[in-house]
Amino acid sequence: MGVLHMFHKKSSGKLAKDRLKILLITDRINCSPEMMDMIKTDIAKVISKYMKIDAKSMEIQITKEAVRGRIVKNPILYANIPILDLKHETNG
Amino acid sequence: MCEVIVVTSGKGGVGKTTTTANLGTGLAAMGKKVALIDTDIGLRNLDVIMGLENRIVYNLVDVVEGKCRIKQALIKDKRYPGLYLMPSAQTRDKSAVSPPQMIKMIEALREQFDYIILDCPAGIEQGFQNAIAGADRALVITTPEVSSIRDADRIIGLLSANEIERVDLVVNKLKIDMVRRGDMMSVSDVADILAIPLIGIVPDDENVVIAANQGEPLVGNATLAGRAYKNIGLRVLGEEVPFLNFEKRISIWTRVSGIFHRN
Repeated sequence: MGVLHMFHKKSSGKLAKDRLKILLITDRINCSPEMMDMIKTDIAKVISKYMKIDAKSMEIQITKEAVRGRIVKNPILYANIPILDLKHETNG
Repeated sequence: MCEVIVVTSGKGGVGKTTTTANLGTGLAAMGKKVALIDTDIGLRNLDVIMGLENRIVYNLVDVVEGKCRIKQALIKDKRYPGLYLMPSAQTRDKSAVSPPQMIKMIEALREQFDYIILDCPAGIEQGFQNAIAGADRALVITTPEVSSIRDADRIIGLLSANEIERVDLVVNKLKIDMVRRGDMMSVSDVADILAIPLIGIVPDDENVVIAANQGEPLVGNATLAGRAYKNIGLRVLGEEVPFLNFEKRISIWTRVSGIFHRN
């Protein structure tokens, strides 16, 4: 462990903190699938006011991955909602 | 007014039993009436940490099954007037007790004590559910390691799902020299990640092992861990006690050893 080594390598304490931060995001989501279901149902309800969607095959996901090559600081909620008809349903 | 505190962690070996023993003894030393309850059915340990293993006649399961009165299962600790231990059963398993039975027993104990401290088993299964069922508040114990923090986070989620509103953090087995080198997460790193109020910092101290060997809680004595546990007790009582400044002690030591190195 020389001085040069210190410049190249992140301290193990810092590494542990960074790993934990990412780990806990996934853990915390896995912890309450009910909440994810509730979010999904609510989003489907709101979008359905404006267009016809396929609520059964929609997917939502929370991730902390890089977006367009940039590492983002906060987790992101992705929603993949197939639209069946863009026309506004007046009687809906 | 009785307060029921569950000491929990998720991961095993992080210091739940040691914290329960020292917090309870500390509160009793401050004149409170305290009952310590070991809820780890099948793997009891609080009795040996307290040095009361030879005085067990009845246990938690006997009480729940109606084989004895609550009072008969409470071992009086002769060191402090208000300190009692209810040991767990060693030859049964977690399914011997249910959460409603725990709540019933705790309700019966409330009138006689100022504090009831529950030593929770590791894991998140029935033993955990039993331990938290009757609790008003929780102390979550973690060490500054990835695995134990991860488990603590899970436990914090489960506690809030079970509507335990007051949850405080104890960071245990802190190795100050490793934190200084950057090879261990600091207390503020851990507290940032878990995002619950910090109620105690206990340094890694050989005296904890010595105290366990002797069956004597070390709370209140001059050791670093003894002082840290006493402070946790005071904070549980609602007092504002500054955290021990470990860094300062180290820097004095470093300075002293530095003098020797120079010569």
